[in-house]
Amino acid sequence: MELASLSANLLLVSFVAYLIATMFFGGAVKGSNSEATYKNNRWGNIAIVITIIGFITHLGYFVLRWIASGHVPVSNMFEFTTAFGMMVVGAFILLFFIYRTPSLGLFALPLAIIIIGYASMFPRELAPLIPALQSYWLTVHVITAAIGEAILAISAVAGLVFLLKNVDLTKLSKQRFWLESVMFTLILVVGFILSASTFAAMGYEAKFTYITQSEQQAQIVYNYPPLFGMNEYESLTPDKMTPFAEMPAIVNGKTLTTLVWSVATGTVLYLLLRLVLRRPVATLFQPFAKKANSQVMDEIGYRSVLIGFPVFTLGALIFAMIWAQEAWSRFWGWDPKEVWALITWLFYAAYLHLRLSRGWEGKKSAWLAVIGFIIIMFNLIAVNLIIAGLHSYA
Amino acid sequence: MSKIRCQCGHENPFGTVLCERCGRPQTEEAKKSKLIDMRYEGSARRSQTYKKSIIDKVWNFFSSVKIGVSIIIAVLTTSAIGTLFPQKLFVPVVREVDIAAYYEKYYGTAGVLYYKLGFYDMYNSWWFITLIGMLGISIIVASIDRVVPLYKSLKKQRTKRHVSFLRRQRIYGFGSVEDADGSMAKAEEKLKALRYNIKAEDGALLAEKGRFSRWGPYVNHTGLIIFLLGVLLRGLPGFYVDETLWLREGETRSLPGAPGYYLKNNEFIIDTYSKGEDEVFGEAIDRVGTIVKNYQSDVTLYKEAEGGLPGQSEQLEFVKDYSIIVNKPLNFDGYNVFQMDYRLDELKSMTFSLTEKASDTSLGEFTVDLINPESIYRLGEDTYVELKDFYPDYDGTEDGKPKSKSPVPNNPAFIFKMVTPDKPAGEMSFVAIRSTLETEPNDYKAKFVSAETRDTTGLVIRKDKTLYILLVGGIIFMIGVAQGSYWNHRRIWIQEGEGNELFLAGHTNKNWFGLKEDLDKVKDFANLPLYEDRQDTESSMDEVKGDNS
Repeated sequence: MELASLSANLLLVSFVAYLIATMFFGGAVKGSNSEATYKNNRWGNIAIVITIIGFITHLGYFVLRWIASGHVPVSNMFEFTTAFGMMVVGAFILLFFIYRTPSLGLFALPLAIIIIGYASMFPRELAPLIPALQSYWLTVHVITAAIGEAILAISAVAGLVFLLKNVDLTKLSKQRFWLESVMFTLILVVGFILSASTFAAMGYEAKFTYITQSEQQAQIVYNYPPLFGMNEYESLTPDKMTPFAEMPAIVNGKTLTTLVWSVATGTVLYLLLRLVLRRPVATLFQPFAKKANSQVMDEIGYRSVLIGFPVFTLGALIFAMIWAQEAWSRFWGWDPKEVWALITWLFYAAYLHLRLSRGWEGKKSAWLAVIGFIIIMFNLIAVNLIIAGLHSYA
Repeated sequence: MSKIRCQCGHENPFGTVLCERCGRPQTEEAKKSKLIDMRYEGSARRSQTYKKSIIDKVWNFFSSVKIGVSIIIAVLTTSAIGTLFPQKLFVPVVREVDIAAYYEKYYGTAGVLYYKLGFYDMYNSWWFITLIGMLGISIIVASIDRVVPLYKSLKKQRTKRHVSFLRRQRIYGFGSVEDADGSMAKAEEKLKALRYNIKAEDGALLAEKGRFSRWGPYVNHTGLIIFLLGVLLRGLPGFYVDETLWLREGETRSLPGAPGYYLKNNEFIIDTYSKGEDEVFGEAIDRVGTIVKNYQSDVTLYKEAEGGLPGQSEQLEFVKDYSIIVNKPLNFDGYNVFQMDYRLDELKSMTFSLTEKASDTSLGEFTVDLINPESIYRLGEDTYVELKDFYPDYDGTEDGKPKSKSPVPNNPAFIFKMVTPDKPAGEMSFVAIRSTLETEPNDYKAKFVSAETRDTTGLVIRKDKTLYILLVGGIIFMIGVAQGSYWNHRRIWIQEGEGNELFLAGHTNKNWFGLKEDLDKVKDFANLPLYEDRQDTESSMDEVKGDNS
């Protein structure tokens, strides 16, 4: 248990380190006037050092947890998402040393922070492995796939910086709308983290029995005040709030409740921001993207797909198929998670073909990179939590 | 189709954009443009050249990247829709009518639509397979259309190029230097140090690096085609075995799909994590409840004896004992047997005692094996119980007769004829769990004494000869994709002009920043003229037109 708590503390250290490093990257971008000072800025140098310290403590968390539980810590939502956040930082460090651009860090680190924050909302205790996961392929497949996805995520970060710099936010346009939608979605995630941690701090729990789709009785614990009840629910904690509506068996009332609470919190947060700013939220971040060189961002976007795509193919398709053959007796079974890995792969294949042969560069390619990241996140979040399949371990 | 004769005297195939030898633009369009399109080296591609016959049109359709990407997007979108609701194979009903009803019951109108449009079994649907087939054809045609001319022109390329070729490169520089010959020599030295391959002739220098990365896409496409072929082969008989077997503890059965082999289930085991042994997981066990640690079937594999009659299970040769667990299938002779499922506590046998109701005295006990019941159980000289009928999975009556839902003994029911010295004609009794029916009041009854249960393991038997083909395809794909992604094809041309003038041009298939870094090093070392990146950086990046094919 000692190891486990030390590991948790290391994670906290890296979380704080990423926060501080983000501020220094901000200072680097603000304080530079010319291209030369921008590249070799003192603030930027401090920022990358802090980032690396954060990455090392993050790695420390990972290794200690591995030793404590006896298996690679990527076996549930908390573990996988935290590891994914670590790899995003790692991928950023890699590309920073190729292109030396602080703007990338200014957007990549907050993304990692949100990812880690999101991960911490899931049960964090050490859990044993179910038989299907007891294989060294768990280590090989999941880590390779996550590294691939993390490098691809950097492509989306570069795309976002490119778009913030190049989309005219003073006039109404489709691109402005979609850019603002991306910001809104990020704020929704913050809304989820805020609402979930608030109710967790209050220790809110409401217990119900309900009837599952296969017509069996089961129990469920809500950590949010229940807005939607499960199928034929009966409360075991009568002093807690009664749900407003009962859901049919195929809809998980608990998931829906969490979703609605998060969206509501996020929307309120967004509206407050709009009220204070009196302009699109994206304009808040635009000044930080202005110093970036568009062509460097475009190049990073493309380069990270080139680096990440083979790694993703190896981890998320080839290793995945080998393991599936061994554990489930078939290398491919059209399980939703598998299909979405294939969709991600096809999407980036389309990206590469469009870029190579049809000259989709600049904004178009940046948008594609952002969409690619949305697909990756969809596979991580929605497919795990909403579309049930063999991969739903969390 | 006539050949195109360039000013330099070289004969180019019809459709050539840039002269294979000197690089002069050959088409009006290329002559007018400021930057030339270096894709496929301006060589004559079939799809860009022949556009008349039906074959040309089909060829051009499939060689088009636009069509290829459209097919990819179609596969991607339909696949995504296919994950909205569970696929047919995850639905717990079998008959087509029930499947339709299932989607309607659980997913309403959307479910009906999903079923009607074929999304419920889309990955086997004719249109999905057609899409994959078109993707395969597109990969083959598009690759051949490009790789052949690309290979030829890269092989034929000359060191010295015409100035009109250099001037139309994205990286271009021109100017006078102090000592052109000295600069050339120094540039050659530096480029060699940067590990470029150098070719020099007559005041011209071509430095080239990483050409093999140009073949990456074609290598990875080959891998994909091999993979798709492997998938196709699975349809042929003999390449692919996929059977399931439910094996009860103690049973020996022939392995379906693996003729001549028999498997005996010695024991099926489930272990769960316990807080005592797995202390670190205590919190998780408290929260979730039971967490399974292991599913295991201890089995013995037998083979039919040589020369024995096929199907004769008496003469079996021991092959091996094995514990099949998840992630560790039993392997033999190309077959794999996987632990997939289980059923606990299936009834094995039931013991009854033939009892006289009035005195509650037993005339003896008998045990009915629920898988292979006997027809007569003798208890004494004139005492026996005859099993007139047996319903392993009793499910009410139909037309006045009892019926069985399945052959699995989930809810056994019996019709006994009890013959005793008192009642030599016998008494009939219908016995089910917790109920006994008699047509007339009997003096005797079969009283339930005990039952024995056992576990059943669910195994899957697979043989897949295509796996190696798929693996080879995957490896070739990975090699190709790494080759194309992690290396770049960079070329730098330096040529002497009049007096001490030097021309400088550069091209790469990707990573222009890397090329410029190299060029900067050479320029500083060898005192070359300044160059510019003529892809106007901030303004014209959005709509760079490619060849719209």
